[in-house]
Amino acid sequence: MSGAPFDLERWRPASFLPEKDARDPALIFVVAVLCFLACLTAMGVIAADRAAGGWASQLTGEATVIVRARGGETPDAAAARAAETLAGLKGVAEARALEREKAYDLVRPWLGDMSDLEDLPVPRLVAVTLDPEEPATAEELSKALNAQGLDTVVDDHSIWINDIRRAAGVVRWTGAGVFLMIALAAGAVIAFATRAGLAARKDVVEVLHLTGAEDGYIATLFQLRFARIAAVAGALGAAAAAGLGAMLRLAGGGQGLTPALPIAWIDLLACLPAPLLAAAVAAVAARLTAAALIRAL
Amino acid sequence: MSRKPNAGAAREAADEIVRFDGVAMRYGRGPEVLSDLNFVLRRGSFHFVTGASGAGKSSLLKLIYLAARPSSGVVRLFGEDTQSLTSSQLPRLRRRIGVVFQDLILLDHLSAFDNAALPLRIAGYKPAEYRNDVAELLAWVGLGRRMLALPPTLAGGEKQRLAIARAVVNRPEILLADEPTGNVDQEMALRILRLFVELNRLGTTVVIATHDQDLVARSNKPVLHLEGGRITALPPQGPVAAGADRSEAE
Repeated sequence: MSGAPFDLERWRPASFLPEKDARDPALIFVVAVLCFLACLTAMGVIAADRAAGGWASQLTGEATVIVRARGGETPDAAAARAAETLAGLKGVAEARALEREKAYDLVRPWLGDMSDLEDLPVPRLVAVTLDPEEPATAEELSKALNAQGLDTVVDDHSIWINDIRRAAGVVRWTGAGVFLMIALAAGAVIAFATRAGLAARKDVVEVLHLTGAEDGYIATLFQLRFARIAAVAGALGAAAAAGLGAMLRLAGGGQGLTPALPIAWIDLLACLPAPLLAAAVAAVAARLTAAALIRAL
Repeated sequence: MSRKPNAGAAREAADEIVRFDGVAMRYGRGPEVLSDLNFVLRRGSFHFVTGASGAGKSSLLKLIYLAARPSSGVVRLFGEDTQSLTSSQLPRLRRRIGVVFQDLILLDHLSAFDNAALPLRIAGYKPAEYRNDVAELLAWVGLGRRMLALPPTLAGGEKQRLAIARAVVNRPEILLADEPTGNVDQEMALRILRLFVELNRLGTTVVIATHDQDLVARSNKPVLHLEGGRITALPPQGPVAAGADRSEAE
């Protein structure tokens, strides 16, 4: 190398920090794994949110009315009258009295396979499909049925909807928490690597410091180096996560391997910001660590 | 008439490049490694700092090149009280100082040319502004054919000269060298000494810490002798002495 002729005009300043470090592959692997987990978490949260939204909208569009017969009226006649009452109500798209067998099926697990269910006053069910634009409330349904002198209980599934919404919220916040933990872990790993890098490059830091480099200038060298490493690692982790997401989608999506978490193609876009986010976390962690260490010189 | 003494005092103060007033220094909570130092180094002078190993030579240089701060007393550099400077003001002062470190601290992954050009890059110059100067300087210190060599491939004397080139490349006002001849033979030590004398001739204030009494005797330059962290021998003070020193160098 030293024997080669030196062309002054073509000389370009070399980087103050070595281009490669033996520790880089291990750091890239760890940050890539963290980014992979972060991307999976993001995709999982998006899919869970979509699933919860789907379940809630299904339940929101329906209501069930339990009809008990009064006086001399038969249960079937009471159910038919309730369905007729509700069918004309604003906010109801359709109301249909279910066959008696459906009602029997519901009580059979408690009463056993009895042949004389006909003798029991088993309530009948009316399935109500609500207008999706302006659905009627349970209160409005009850009021209309009471006005017709019907003995009914209206279940608009609000208990279930609230449970689903609460569960979706828990999934969302848990996902955000996991995502934050992973980001902090990535930051800690970068900070640790920066410390190790500064310790290994004490000569560079010392020479730059004592020849008049400002603290910010030295910190920026480490900041850019670790941001670049994290961006590469982030891209690798994101690509792996997107690949796994694509495989799950191809293997059946919502109907196949992941019925509880229906992954859509668009969910894979959640992996796109990973390199940028990883670089940003690394840049901040490296900057803070380097600046603190240089100040202590 | 009354202006003359004031003008003289101002000129004398401007001539002071380093002033120590009652300076002491300790590392952490350890004992004092330097105590009660009082001396002035004038612009264009050439001094040796001598003393046995552990006498405080390197610590004294660290105070001058702002790698350490005194535990008491005042260190004035280029007329500025270093204690009153914030850490953001120190780089500006450090760029006016050239240092040849005891262990050289060359960057092994950078070529000799990159190592020598380092202070100019830090000072914000563009390559086109300094590459010819750096090449000339490396040729001057005898490394004209080793510009692309990495430091681990250089001989001891070559490394020493590269460290000197890096220290003087941005034309510092003061050059500090800590045991610059510690790892070279007598012939190379004399060549390096001649290099320092030549730099001093060009106007750079030179301070060399060494325990090489032979080198000190050959140079016939003033000496700050340290024993147990205290100065026991002072160079002649005052503008006359500094002028005399310069004339000696010439």
